[in-house]
Amino acid sequence: MTDSRPMDVPIIRLGDVLVTGLINELDDKAATAFAEELTERIAAERAKGVLIDISRLEIIDSFVARTLTELSTMARLLGARVIVAGMRPPVAITLAELGLQLAGVETALNAEQGMVALGWRHAPRPPEGGNRRETLG
Amino acid sequence: MLPGPRKGGIDVKLSGERTTAAPTVPPATAGSDAPRGGDTPVTHPVRNDEDLITVRHAVRAATVEVGFGLVDQTRVVTAASELARNAYIHGGGGTVTIEFPRQAGRRGIRLIVHDDGPGIPDVEVALTDGFTTGAGLGHGLGGARRLMHEFEVRTEAGKGTTIRATRWTTQ
Ligand SMILES: Nc1ncnc2c1ncn2[C@@H]1O[C@H](COP(=O)(O)OP(=O)(O)O)[C@@H](O)[C@H]1O
Ligand SMILES: [Mg+2]
Repeated sequence: MTDSRPMDVPIIRLGDVLVTGLINELDDKAATAFAEELTERIAAERAKGVLIDISRLEIIDSFVARTLTELSTMARLLGARVIVAGMRPPVAITLAELGLQLAGVETALNAEQGMVALGWRHAPRPPEGGNRRETLG
Repeated sequence: MLPGPRKGGIDVKLSGERTTAAPTVPPATAGSDAPRGGDTPVTHPVRNDEDLITVRHAVRAATVEVGFGLVDQTRVVTAASELARNAYIHGGGGTVTIEFPRQAGRRGIRLIVHDDGPGIPDVEVALTDGFTTGAGLGHGLGGARRLMHEFEVRTEAGKGTTIRATRWTTQ
């Protein structure tokens, strides 16, 4: 619609996983545009997993919570698994008090554990689906 | 719109409740430019989601100044975000004033969130988790009340809404 595209939030592809993050300065419009772009990338690139690093987010209000929940649902319908990683403890406490439990959103303590949950070891796989470079774990 | 093969447009709708007003000019007077001594209240406009970011920054700075710990800072900024969003989504735009009350040796932050919108017909119902007349999650008002120590809603049909929400430092 508008040209306010969330260029400041890169979405990086590592094998069949898309890796991205959210930042505080993202306003609602940008968050929505980000979710749309991510959803489109999941479909276009047939991603199997999505890691969203939220370790820089200093607050999650109900708008961001809804964005994450809907994004997870959408991704699941497209065959991808979303992991939201790195929530700060004060954010988790506040979210619980708001009464928002991010139902249906998978979480991980940090980005690394999130990547492990998505099947990553330490070295990237070649993008065309080969497995040869899988490491020892 | 984008070139190349595309898996038939996926229509992602996350923002049903957003108002579609034309972008407004950036805040000119109130807010960040206002002189800001220690305890001087500051008023910020909230007309769109960009103003919301400004309000969050201002509230964060205020909580730091008053001496809140990280969890309390996060509570107050989150409550401010919910109330300010309500003021522009449901109330058609309004203001957030940050006050620095003191009581019995404690310091605090008071958020006064005002709009001249339609008002809230039944506040008790609106405070119920999950109740929404829009596309939100319906946790903003009740959630903000839980995040603050004092919470007072003044509203009248057709005459807008003013919410005063205070949190005190624990000492
Ligand atoms: N400032 C306001 N002016 C008018 N109505 C409001 C205002 N704030 C809240 N409401 C009403 O209360 C309901 C619940 O608010 P809230 O808990 O924040 O949920 P949400 O914003 O997700 O709908 C809103 O859907 C709206 O009907
Ligand atoms: Mg709300």
